[in-house]
Amino acid sequence: MAQSLTHDETALPADWRDLFALTKPRVMSLVVFTALCGLLAAPGSVHPVLAFSSILAIALGAGASGALNQWYEAGIDAKMKRTAGRPLPAGRLDPQTALQFGVGLAAFSLFLMLFASNWQATLMLLASILFYVFVYTMWLKPRTPQNIVIGGAAGAFPPLIGWVAATGSIAPLPVLLFLLIFLWTPPHFWALALFVRSDYAAAGIPMMPVVAGEKSTRRQILFYAVIMAIGAVAPWPLGYTGALYGWTAVVLSAIFVLLSIQVGTRTTGEGDLMQPEKRLFAFSIAYLFILFGAVVVDHWWPL
Amino acid sequence: MTEDPTQEPFDEAEYRRRQRSRANLMAWMLGGLAILFFLITIAKMQIFA
Repeated sequence: MAQSLTHDETALPADWRDLFALTKPRVMSLVVFTALCGLLAAPGSVHPVLAFSSILAIALGAGASGALNQWYEAGIDAKMKRTAGRPLPAGRLDPQTALQFGVGLAAFSLFLMLFASNWQATLMLLASILFYVFVYTMWLKPRTPQNIVIGGAAGAFPPLIGWVAATGSIAPLPVLLFLLIFLWTPPHFWALALFVRSDYAAAGIPMMPVVAGEKSTRRQILFYAVIMAIGAVAPWPLGYTGALYGWTAVVLSAIFVLLSIQVGTRTTGEGDLMQPEKRLFAFSIAYLFILFGAVVVDHWWPL
Repeated sequence: MTEDPTQEPFDEAEYRRRQRSRANLMAWMLGGLAILFFLITIAKMQIFA
């Protein structure tokens, strides 16, 4: 009888909430937003249904990348406090289901993009999924402290894909937006890595604070923040955006650099609460949201 | 036969609940996708008309 069955004989089907958690919904929200901004900032108009479908395809592609990342890193996630509660390390989901879900979602996202948009955007979506899973997750992350720097390219694709989905071609502005996320990624993740350093060390991931030390990481956060600020303002003097975006970028980037100076020039002792690092991490998320929002507002309602 | 004490007893109610919630979700998603694919087709027909 069913009552006498055990998990070995009949495993419980995965709960849909665990499958949803596998897609890293919080990361997906930033992906969707930047992709939408790329699409809305593109010249011309896109049919709303096709725009929605393209963004959905990008979201599903990002979800697939997240699922495949969690499938591959289940062992590492189990060693870190921050990630031990995820469905795979917590044992709520079996790896086979996660792998099938990830591959299936990736295939479907590409099909949807091809159907709703164009082959150029589909190829870019494929490239971003493959880059995130094979280059970042499997190759770079466990091997080099530069993992975030190069791997940042995977997260920088969405505005480019959004733009290409709308126009079928690449232009300087989405490339600059790609560059902005690419340069934003190191200070954002290293700020996080500074206050969860022991977690990464326990899992054996060569994050910058673990390998190069705290002092070097702080210097590099400041270095990248300055380059990122220049990259963020660049579209304005180059004539790709107007004053509304320009001034937003100037003010927000100045705050970003100031917060990075705070992080970059201080030393910490035992029991430090890492408030400046947490502040920089939280601000960096808002920074990207507001800046991308400004690109769209500037395009539709210029000053 | 003695049961392995480390194995959790099978919860049929939980099994059915999860099965039902996944089936419902799948039905909604398939329905949604059918509508979406229909709308995409109509949109493309309008664009290329």
